[in-house]
Amino acid sequence: MEEMRVVFAGFGGQGLLFAGKVVAYAGLLDDHEVSWLPSYGPEMRGGTANCSVTLSDEPIGSPLIMNPNVLIAMNNPSFIKFENEVTPGGKIFIDTSLVNKKPEREDCEVFELEATNMAEEAGLKGLANIVLVGKMLKETGFCSYETIEAAIRKTVPARKAALIDKNLEALKLGMQ
Amino acid sequence: MAEKVLMKGNEAIAESAIRAGCRFFFGYPITPQTELAAYMAKRMPKEGGTYLQAESEVAAINMVYGASAAGARVMTSSSSPGVSLKSEGVSYIAGADLPCLIINIERGGPGLGSIQPSQSDYWQATRALGHGDFQMVVYAPSTVQEMADLAYGAFDIADKYRTPVMILGDGMLGQMMEPVELPEPRTELPEKPWATTGHGNKREKNIANSLYLVAEELEKTNFERFERYEVIKANEQMSEEVDCEDADIIVVAFGASSRIARSAVRAAREEGIKAGLFRPITLWPFPTDALKATVGKAKAYLSVEMNMGQMVDDVRLVVEGAAPVDFYGRTGGVIPTPAEVLDKIRQINEGLGE
Repeated sequence: MEEMRVVFAGFGGQGLLFAGKVVAYAGLLDDHEVSWLPSYGPEMRGGTANCSVTLSDEPIGSPLIMNPNVLIAMNNPSFIKFENEVTPGGKIFIDTSLVNKKPEREDCEVFELEATNMAEEAGLKGLANIVLVGKMLKETGFCSYETIEAAIRKTVPARKAALIDKNLEALKLGMQ
Repeated sequence: MAEKVLMKGNEAIAESAIRAGCRFFFGYPITPQTELAAYMAKRMPKEGGTYLQAESEVAAINMVYGASAAGARVMTSSSSPGVSLKSEGVSYIAGADLPCLIINIERGGPGLGSIQPSQSDYWQATRALGHGDFQMVVYAPSTVQEMADLAYGAFDIADKYRTPVMILGDGMLGQMMEPVELPEPRTELPEKPWATTGHGNKREKNIANSLYLVAEELEKTNFERFERYEVIKANEQMSEEVDCEDADIIVVAFGASSRIARSAVRAAREEGIKAGLFRPITLWPFPTDALKATVGKAKAYLSVEMNMGQMVDDVRLVVEGAAPVDFYGRTGGVIPTPAEVLDKIRQINEGLGE
């Protein structure tokens, strides 16, 4: 596969680290080289939070992504911070329920969806992160549906197993 | 083959240590190491072991001293400022010739510094973690898998040479997740006839102590310890080389910065620059023998570190002026980019043409 460098960015509490872990697990299940790196500074307590996930067939150098080719942005500050870091030809996914800044990149493919509103209307409050993973999967085809489903089953902790179905629903919502 | 799982470096060290037979963990929370202690708090009781959050780092290292004297496989973990606090205890443990594992998931310094990744405790780890004549084995893993493997093997090395062993990681390695295959749990552990477990009037008493009132006796034990260090130097050096055979420029880097250096070296090769990567896995003993073998062939060396230039001293000691040894680093918790390192390699390469 071509190296996929995804930055998930938004507020703490939006499930960005979890979404990143789902994508990383999918990479593991498909036998790719994988790295997942969170921001762990004070921003985790309510400010901007982000995580870097790399899937590659080569050993991964720095797990800290400076030039993503996929960006998932769930608030204005993080969209502003990362929009210009995306490599030309990259794919940008914006949750327009929360981001009102208009995208300026014309050399990237930009996908706008109201993920947070979509999730709430479908009774999936708090799962906009997975809606966006679903959309990203549809547009990049980085793994099969079976793989991502297995990744979700691996990633949702055992004590929250009841949430697996909700996550799968959110995934499908994003893939529509 | 065991199933690969996705784990943080901090968690992989903890799980691997338990599988190596470690049943005592004494620590105190500090970012970016906290997940290690948290994992131990969760897992250790299930293995019949002891997890104890001490009142301070100083207390924790002295608990390690006690458990080690009693023959247990024991460890503590912390991050830079917390490791400094442990230094007195580490010196006592080394002075009493006791084995243990100490983890340092470094952050920016000096002082309270930052909480972002750093390698600025290289000197502290390899030169003087505490007062007195002693060294300890220091490992510098660069992947989560290596963190698990080295933590597992570290207990054997500690027991074999009766020395504290350190794993020197950093915030990036501690926090990042990668696929890891965990080692099989140990079923047998080495005998420790020196342990202070109670003689029951059946044998001569064992003593764990670092105090000598007769100078000549202390000198003798120090001599003996340094003889052991010579054996460690001869047998335990570890390093990895990538494309060093025909390299004009050898980049020397360990841990997290070696990952960045590896990307830069690959990019340099794509531009036709003959660069290679030399990665020390043991920082003490420094892999002098393997690096020495490149001297006379390489035209220049570049040490890449997340500090102001510390390991570069050891590189210069090996190269002994046979080629220029340059340095590139970022500090305070800032992570260098492959592009920055590549620029430096290009600069050196242009200099070679002159």
